[in-house]
Amino acid sequence: MLSVSLSHRLGDFVLDVAFDSEGGLTALFGRSGAGKTSLVNAIAGLYRPERGYVAVDGEVLTDSAIGRFLPPHRRRVGYVFQEGRLFPHLDVRQNLLYGTWFAPRRAGTAELDHIVGLLGIGHLLGRRPAGLSGGEKQRVAIGRALLARPRLLIMDEPLASLDEGRRAEILPYIERLRDEVRVPIVYVSHSIPEVARLATTLVVLSEGKVAAIGPTAEIMSRLDLFPLTGRAEAGAILATRVAAHDAAFGLTILRAASGELRVPHLDLPVGAALRVRIRARDVMIALAPPQGLSALNVLPGTVAEIAAGDGPIVQIRLDCAGEPLIARLTRRSVETLGLRPGLPVCAVIKSIAFDHHSFAGAAPGAVGSDAEIADG
Amino acid sequence: MALGFSPEELTAIKLSLRVGFWAMATSLPVALLVAMLLARGRFWGRSLLNVVVHLPLVMPPVVTGYVLLILFGRRGALGAPLAEYLGIVFAFRWTGAALASAVMGFPLMVRAMRLSIDAVDRRLEDAAATLGANRAWVWLTVTLPLILPGIVAGMILSFARALGEFGATITFVSNIPGETQTLPTAIYTFLQVPGGDAGALRLTLVSVAISVTALFASEAIAQRASRRAAGL
Repeated sequence: MLSVSLSHRLGDFVLDVAFDSEGGLTALFGRSGAGKTSLVNAIAGLYRPERGYVAVDGEVLTDSAIGRFLPPHRRRVGYVFQEGRLFPHLDVRQNLLYGTWFAPRRAGTAELDHIVGLLGIGHLLGRRPAGLSGGEKQRVAIGRALLARPRLLIMDEPLASLDEGRRAEILPYIERLRDEVRVPIVYVSHSIPEVARLATTLVVLSEGKVAAIGPTAEIMSRLDLFPLTGRAEAGAILATRVAAHDAAFGLTILRAASGELRVPHLDLPVGAALRVRIRARDVMIALAPPQGLSALNVLPGTVAEIAAGDGPIVQIRLDCAGEPLIARLTRRSVETLGLRPGLPVCAVIKSIAFDHHSFAGAAPGAVGSDAEIADG
Repeated sequence: MALGFSPEELTAIKLSLRVGFWAMATSLPVALLVAMLLARGRFWGRSLLNVVVHLPLVMPPVVTGYVLLILFGRRGALGAPLAEYLGIVFAFRWTGAALASAVMGFPLMVRAMRLSIDAVDRRLEDAAATLGANRAWVWLTVTLPLILPGIVAGMILSFARALGEFGATITFVSNIPGETQTLPTAIYTFLQVPGGDAGALRLTLVSVAISVTALFASEAIAQRASRRAAGL
């Protein structure tokens, strides 16, 4: 349980935010300059906010009303920085153990082995940070923060300095922290795919203020937030389970509340839970179940909301058996089809629209499955 | 007689090494503190401290020596109480030569250290703090190892400066064989007497040898330390 309320002026920029979060992974999402890093630096105690209140699991770390401000070394708030910040004069093992010299209860060899195994960095222990790749550095930085036994882990765009391949390498490890280590995480990001995949709770920041907060799927399907969350990558998240595998065609069948989705084969056991992000630009709308169409996925639903702007593109939120789905259409199509709230329609999604960005494992079995997902 | 040195020459060599070592060793903690203050401190009088530290670098050494004589002489403002209460006497003793050398080498030592402190990535210190290290531990486990090359460089510079110190030393503690006659003043003395050229040349060679050795040693140590600090 994390409770944050902060107010601080930095030159022309005013940070004024308040939010609560119940464990899991809380993503702070917003553009550059939205105040994300200032916010987490205040949570970590790296500067003293003008007014503020920060509490983790009932322990008050900052309360300007009573003049309480714990220095960073007494907060037990782990911090994984964008650039890793490994100590260059220590080797990987010494870096990992650094925090244990100061932890209230020393981490034992077993714990080191566990974290090292979890992050897959056993072969690096004797190396110096300068010789590591970007992805290796970040994994060591995560391990170092964890071994200090934090009650909260902050990750400030830990993947921003990495290329696509290295990101895919780290993401499963962060999911394991969330699901297996169960340390509450505050995750700063400006990447929709990352947030969609990782976040339990989503806090959207804009110009130093909280624009929205709530469960990730709910916030991502809000049409009014699209200017902030980014139109091109916008989409909805469906909670699904693996229903069956179609070996003959190399497909996996996922069951969502509103129907079945056929996607390229996933190496997951039947019954595994999976979050699927469906980008608005990959969704077509038909008035009746289509005939003679190659697309395999048709979900019935009703039009819930139409957000028409001045431009040629219109965002439409569908209600598919209680779950939201977002579609992007031209305004011309909306008029031609006569779409209006309440109208029953069918959402059509091509199977190959699902790529490795679309899936996030909610079950341990999903870890590392990225590599097995064929590209279309 | 080792290597053909006369007893006077050997005495001067040993004395120089002793003066250089103590000048370096005693100014080390003070210089480190001052360098940290100048690099990190935000306090009133910081510029003034900076000027005072650098004075010996720009003043004529004779002036520095004379100021030391006024302050630390037998009847000096600091010399008298030091002699009376602590029994520490600088005037016309080798300790005075060490003091003069320390003062002259101080700005060089501080500058070398300060450069390396300014070069430390302070974000690493923040990272250490989030891992539970308080300020003292952060300094000992992160800052100090990272500035070690600068400290070593400062020590060598100070030592080399002490071996070459002439003006302030001769003004403050004179040129007493066996007590305050270091390599430079001994060479100077040899050159004042007929037939002293040979002795002067021998001491000059010793001086060069010590300096070259010190520079090589510092280069080797600094290289190792900076490779370590760079994470290689």
